[in-house]
Amino acid sequence: MEYPHFNAKAMTPNSNTGQKKEKEPAVVTKEFVVEFRKYTTELNRKFLDRKPWVPKDESKISSFIPGTISKIYVREGQHVEAGEPLMILEAMKMKNTVFADRAGIVLKINVTEGERVPKSTVIFELELD
Amino acid sequence: MASAKKMSELQKRREQIQLGGGEKAIQKQVAMGKLTARERIIEILDDGSFNEYDLFVEHDARDFGMEQKVLHGDGVVTGTGTVGGRPVCIFAQDFTVAGGSLGSMHARKITKIMDHSLKMRMPLIGINDSGGARIQEGVSSLAGYGEIFFRNTLASGVIPQISVILGPCAGGAVYSPALTDFVFVVDKISKMFITGPEVIKTVLGEDISMEELGGARVHSEMTGNAHFFAESESECFDQIKTLLSYIPWSNIAERVKKEVSEPRQEYNINDIVPSDKSLPYDVRDVIRAVSDDSGFLEVQENWAANIVIGFGRIDGKTVGFVANQPKVLAGVLDVDSSDKSARFIRYCDAFNIPIVTLVDLPGYLPGVDQEHAGVIRHGAKVLYAYSEATVPKISVILRKAYGGGYIAMNSRHLRADFVFAWPDAEVAVMGPEGAANIIFRKEISTAEDPDKMRKEKVAEYIEKFANPYVAAAKGFIDSVIEPSETRRVLKHALEVSENKEIGMPKKKHGIPPF
Repeated sequence: MEYPHFNAKAMTPNSNTGQKKEKEPAVVTKEFVVEFRKYTTELNRKFLDRKPWVPKDESKISSFIPGTISKIYVREGQHVEAGEPLMILEAMKMKNTVFADRAGIVLKINVTEGERVPKSTVIFELELD
Repeated sequence: MASAKKMSELQKRREQIQLGGGEKAIQKQVAMGKLTARERIIEILDDGSFNEYDLFVEHDARDFGMEQKVLHGDGVVTGTGTVGGRPVCIFAQDFTVAGGSLGSMHARKITKIMDHSLKMRMPLIGINDSGGARIQEGVSSLAGYGEIFFRNTLASGVIPQISVILGPCAGGAVYSPALTDFVFVVDKISKMFITGPEVIKTVLGEDISMEELGGARVHSEMTGNAHFFAESESECFDQIKTLLSYIPWSNIAERVKKEVSEPRQEYNINDIVPSDKSLPYDVRDVIRAVSDDSGFLEVQENWAANIVIGFGRIDGKTVGFVANQPKVLAGVLDVDSSDKSARFIRYCDAFNIPIVTLVDLPGYLPGVDQEHAGVIRHGAKVLYAYSEATVPKISVILRKAYGGGYIAMNSRHLRADFVFAWPDAEVAVMGPEGAANIIFRKEISTAEDPDKMRKEKVAEYIEKFANPYVAAAKGFIDSVIEPSETRRVLKHALEVSENKEIGMPKKKHGIPPF
């Protein structure tokens, strides 16, 4: 099929070589264990990129959503009770209050009012009672 | 006969409208490496078969100066034609007209052709190349999307629906492709996302390019939203035509019988699968060793590659293959591979395509990330899909089938019609190493040399249970066959189950673990 203003074959990527771009070499292991047996197999990107699990550290409070710290209610060195509001994390047009899960002394506040934070950033560090 | 004047008026109107957004806009489209909407349709359809409708449709927007604007065809080309001699409905958004933006008349053209495809039971091909909702038309434009999504859902499982992403497809617009059966993407041209890079940057401060966020590679390798990846538009059109050659035209259409040719010599079924259970191989070679002319159209090749799905033919008719892939992650079931295979099984079932399952898996992927990602509910989809499917279901256990994985992979217990196993197959409650450790825990821990004892007990377990005969003795496996008999046995099983009919309890619909 001919077009007045477009030559499909000439415009396609890699039309000179006619070859597909080579994929990056796969990671192969001989130590992939499922139920006590070791398998020789390729590992995919998703498997290699998975994050190892770490137990939750209750003394650290992280942003549950990316957003802006619009208000901070407490100061470093201050004692807070469980359930006390610590700050407002504004995200998706919603003012979310972040509460202390546990009682303790505010050791460190890693943000200032008006600061934008990504998800899962440690914003408060407490010394738990 | 119409007067010459009227004829030339028609000619003039046609020519003008077919120029879409005009020469300048077309130049821009070309500069992006893209074909125009009409050219794409012509490339996909058989030569000279395209009949266009609603060419003269005009938008009816009256706000924001829209009343002054002429948008040819309202930014979308619709019509019918044939592929391989069989009829299809097709639409293509025209990016040269107001960025292919979707207004109410644009949407109405699409829903009209969708209605045709549903009532006439023919496949629908939708080419997406659009900047999104036409903001000037406000909520009318949203209504348009809603009407499309509703029809996508209505037509699901009745006619094949194919989406081709040949440009941006952003925001709500992505949900039409997501509701369809197969999504085709082209490298560097397709872009799909709910929220674009600009918004992500302003709101979240994350800096990412369109390509990295929702390019063709992302959707065919990471998200699983795309089913076919091509390097160019022409390769993509070839893929569409190949797919259409395999799938039935509707849920009431018969599978077309093609000429039968034997698998090619290079795929020798005796040489593919290593006897050592811990060694990998490419299960696609087994598929090619049993399919007509060694043909196999793989679906979602680059996503969740630990399971292989796709279409081939046996004895001239299409079958759906589902196969564990020992080459990748030892062929385990996990969140993604469960989603991938379950949806494919349901596709085959909806369109009366028999399913051939090749089983060789060590079990489920262990890990906190998998458990927390909900491998329970995702894995359940495979059980649900196999149990629910009423098409002929045939399994061949190539090497190993342990525990929950054995049950999930179309076992007799989920009403497989035929289950075959190769002599090397191990069908057991778990791998010999694990089983021996549990059953002989006491003997091993109290032995003078626990390692030696463990080895002995594992060997004992292998001798007694790591074979297909325990399951065959219970009738769970119908027949233990030599690898070289596989094609013949599959052909026969498909032949005898051609008129399969089974009853299911009457219900509105089930509640699959979505």
